[in-house]
Amino acid sequence: MSASEGTHDAALHAHGDTHGHGSRRGYLMGFALSVLLTAIPFWLVMSGVLSDVQTTAALIIVLAFVQILVHTVSFLHVNTRSEGGWTLMAYAFTAVLVLIVISGSLWIMYHLNSNMMPMAAAEMGNGM
Amino acid sequence: MFDSPILKTIFGRLTFESFPVHEPILLGTFIVVVLLGAGIVAAVTRYRLWGWLWSEWFTSVDHKKIGIMYIMLGIVMLLRGFADALMMRAQQAMAFGANEGYLPAHHYDQVFSAHGTIMIFFVAIPLVVGLINYVMPLQIGARDVAFPFLNNLSFWLTAAGAGLVMVSLFVGEFSRGGWLNYVPVTNLQNSPDTGPDYYLWALQIAGVGTTLSAINMVTTIIKMRAPGMTMMKMPVFCWTALCSNVLAIAIFPVLTGAFALLMLDRYIGTDFFTNDLGGNPMMYWNLVWIWGHPEVYVLVLPVFGIYSEVTSTFCGKRLFGYSSMVYATVVITILSYLVWLHHFFTMGSGASVNSFFGIATMVISIPTGAKIFNWLFTMYRGEIRFELPMRWVVAFMLTFVVGGMTGVLLAVPPADFVLHNSLFLVAHFHNVIIGGVVFGLFAGIDYWWPKAFGFKLDPFWGKLHFWGWVIGYWVAWTPIYIVGLMGTTRRVRHFDDPSLQIWFVIAAIGAVIILFGILAFVIQIAVSIINREKLRDTTGDPWNGRTLEWSTSSPPPAYNFAFTPVVHDLDAWYDMKSRGHARPDGGFRPIHMPRNTGAGVILSGIAAVLGFAMVWYIWWLAALSFVALVAVAIGHTFNYNRDYFIPSDEVARCEREHALLAGAA
Amino acid sequence: MASHALNGDPADNPTFYLVEADEHDHSAGGGTLLGFWIYLMSDALIFASLFAVYGVMATSYAGGPTPREIFELPLVAVNTAILLVSSITYGFSMLAMEEDRLGATRLWLIVTALLGLAFVGVEMYEFGNLIAEGATPQRSGFLSAFFTLVATHGLHVTIGVIWIGVMLVQLVQRGLHVENKRRLQCLSMFWHFLDVVWIGVFTFVYLLGVLR
Repeated sequence: MSASEGTHDAALHAHGDTHGHGSRRGYLMGFALSVLLTAIPFWLVMSGVLSDVQTTAALIIVLAFVQILVHTVSFLHVNTRSEGGWTLMAYAFTAVLVLIVISGSLWIMYHLNSNMMPMAAAEMGNGM
Repeated sequence: MFDSPILKTIFGRLTFESFPVHEPILLGTFIVVVLLGAGIVAAVTRYRLWGWLWSEWFTSVDHKKIGIMYIMLGIVMLLRGFADALMMRAQQAMAFGANEGYLPAHHYDQVFSAHGTIMIFFVAIPLVVGLINYVMPLQIGARDVAFPFLNNLSFWLTAAGAGLVMVSLFVGEFSRGGWLNYVPVTNLQNSPDTGPDYYLWALQIAGVGTTLSAINMVTTIIKMRAPGMTMMKMPVFCWTALCSNVLAIAIFPVLTGAFALLMLDRYIGTDFFTNDLGGNPMMYWNLVWIWGHPEVYVLVLPVFGIYSEVTSTFCGKRLFGYSSMVYATVVITILSYLVWLHHFFTMGSGASVNSFFGIATMVISIPTGAKIFNWLFTMYRGEIRFELPMRWVVAFMLTFVVGGMTGVLLAVPPADFVLHNSLFLVAHFHNVIIGGVVFGLFAGIDYWWPKAFGFKLDPFWGKLHFWGWVIGYWVAWTPIYIVGLMGTTRRVRHFDDPSLQIWFVIAAIGAVIILFGILAFVIQIAVSIINREKLRDTTGDPWNGRTLEWSTSSPPPAYNFAFTPVVHDLDAWYDMKSRGHARPDGGFRPIHMPRNTGAGVILSGIAAVLGFAMVWYIWWLAALSFVALVAVAIGHTFNYNRDYFIPSDEVARCEREHALLAGAA
Repeated sequence: MASHALNGDPADNPTFYLVEADEHDHSAGGGTLLGFWIYLMSDALIFASLFAVYGVMATSYAGGPTPREIFELPLVAVNTAILLVSSITYGFSMLAMEEDRLGATRLWLIVTALLGLAFVGVEMYEFGNLIAEGATPQRSGFLSAFFTLVATHGLHVTIGVIWIGVMLVQLVQRGLHVENKRRLQCLSMFWHFLDVVWIGVFTFVYLLGVLR
């Protein structure tokens, strides 16, 4: 058993077990950034400093995406090198699919709602 | 019947009335199944095969054995699903005017729901996954998949789901909500019976299996290719398997999500897909079709890979346009995620939404058409051998092109407003699924059978099988196209217009011809097993193949390759043969292999019990099996002893036997 | 070895088999991290569909309570802080593991698990309050979607905590065995993935909900 463990370990590294590892610096940097990126949107909403709701909403959405990127890089260690780039490719592919699922569903269901809701019937009648 | 609270606690809503003893058709089926089952159990016991089955097959983590078990599951379920098809065809052929046919509406609705569910989830998926499981690791020169235990678990989860669907035939009833269990029919107030619950639990359990299997296959293809096999030197079948499994990983979670929400609606009364309190039934359709359309490509892409391998082998030529084939596959993978709305054009989206999804759908036909031309150009000036697999390719091209073109027709939103939910649509998707997926699966079975068992399939019965399906398909579905174009809708049990009857009678005759094809298939297998010595192949390469699976013996040893092959060319085995490779006949080393485990069978068995308990509201059993499931799963992680070495003299003995066989030929 | 054979001119002296001692495609190991990563991608798509459902039903109040009436941002802020701190503590555990310091690895794992439990506790407290106010999952499409999305995330955190518990036992039994290290790396991805999902939850569900 222990002999096979040894070869195991060697084989693992020989074949490029290059899944990302983090450094202490990387973790702390990521943590500091995400504290900031979390605190700002909470502060924006709870204090209501910006009178315009739309601007606040746009800002916190942008901050959320930035924070997701920070977590991805510094905690999940996604980069072009890990697993020969497959990790990054899977991540990018999934990100595209997530966007398709969410935005596609919202677009479709918004259309269905505005076309098929009973209260819209009167307007549609006028339109004809 | 069970009025006392104690019995209710013990049995939930399961009562004597749950067993359909009053329905003669079901009772007859039940008796036949019980007799057959008892016969098999008795035979296995009589010949003392339980131990062998358990240790050599059920608990096996060998991708080859798991692949074969998947294919057997698919064939058994094909018989069940086809029986449903025959029942529908018979009903529709006779139920005109005063004749109500022989199936009551309640039963007929279950039959068409079960037919679709079984054919996609428990026939097409297991057959496709089974072939990928068997062939792909051999083609990439690997000794097993990336996660052998997970592979075993995936199979048994699929089998557990299939088992639950079969149980619904005799205990309670199945869903009446169509093959995707549509709301609002399957909302609790419309279907308070067990049907939708059986459906949901069976498919959730099987769906977990399919997702895990897809993750496993993708990891295998990425990590375990033989040295020298770059992505662009990978056989087309592996490419299509990769894209198909990537797609499966991308879509099955959405289906799992949709089913989970419907479960919440039915079990705890949330308002996702209800008609009141802010629920939105259309959201269910939206989610299941995000799964549903790509699923077609999950099934058909690997089958395109099979056609490519077969065409190249039996034309004795390198595949025409390999890289365009790869790019077409990748493009289809991505585009297929952008077309789901074409399944509900008529549900009230505006012109912009419908145009977007209509155009996206039509665009998919371009890469698909490119593939057809690639196969044709591979055949052009090839030395074509019309063996069984190649016949299926030709039949596929002639049949599938028609289905593809009716598909483009349906992709035009205004045309779809006329044809939506008509039998034209039903004929279209049977055209692409039978003419595409099913023909390809048979091509694959005929092609790789000698690899798996060491002897070819009997060509005479194979031809009968072939002609039964091809002629039967056209006789059965041409009339359905015609009545569909005239406006007949799907899922109808009884017709008033007697002028339509002749078409349905023709369709029923077609179904009977297909039945002869299926019987010929079963006989083909039986005859081939009986005549196996005459059909024996000792070379390991009966078709003069081009890819690595033909470089090892038939059937391959447990470790597949004594020495890992090194790849220099796309057609790796052809390259090796033409440059005079020499198989090393000494210097064997111990081979590191995964160890068999029963955990997959046990976990899946518990999952099936959990599903059954939840269907019947037997809460104590559900809780118990859930705890057991978690406990066994965690317990399994404490097993660190998961692999062993095949000693080198054992390897040497195996290889010597193979060399002797090859020499005898 | 293999690469050498490939670089040489294959026409002269083709090598078709790896004859050297080689553990190339042994099954246990190399692919685990990538495989687990791919599993996480599929999990991300489950969350994507739940977010999509929430997005569609975000205003389906059916006359019931609205986000502004029921969400308590201070509570959410506390929970967000707990989860964020738990990711850095898990990071410390991973750093200790890479330095082969078993004691520190376990200590940081325990801290992470406690933070995870605190997160789940606060969430259950929040849910309890909502249900007591009559804002139950059965009340409206909006509430069904809200409870399901947030509880699915909470369920994942619970599974993560159980997994940490199992790992703690396995670390006692076998120490920083190569297999245990691999499992801890998978768990690391799982834990940080949940944090990423939570960014979506607090932004799109809570903050935007209150703004609406």
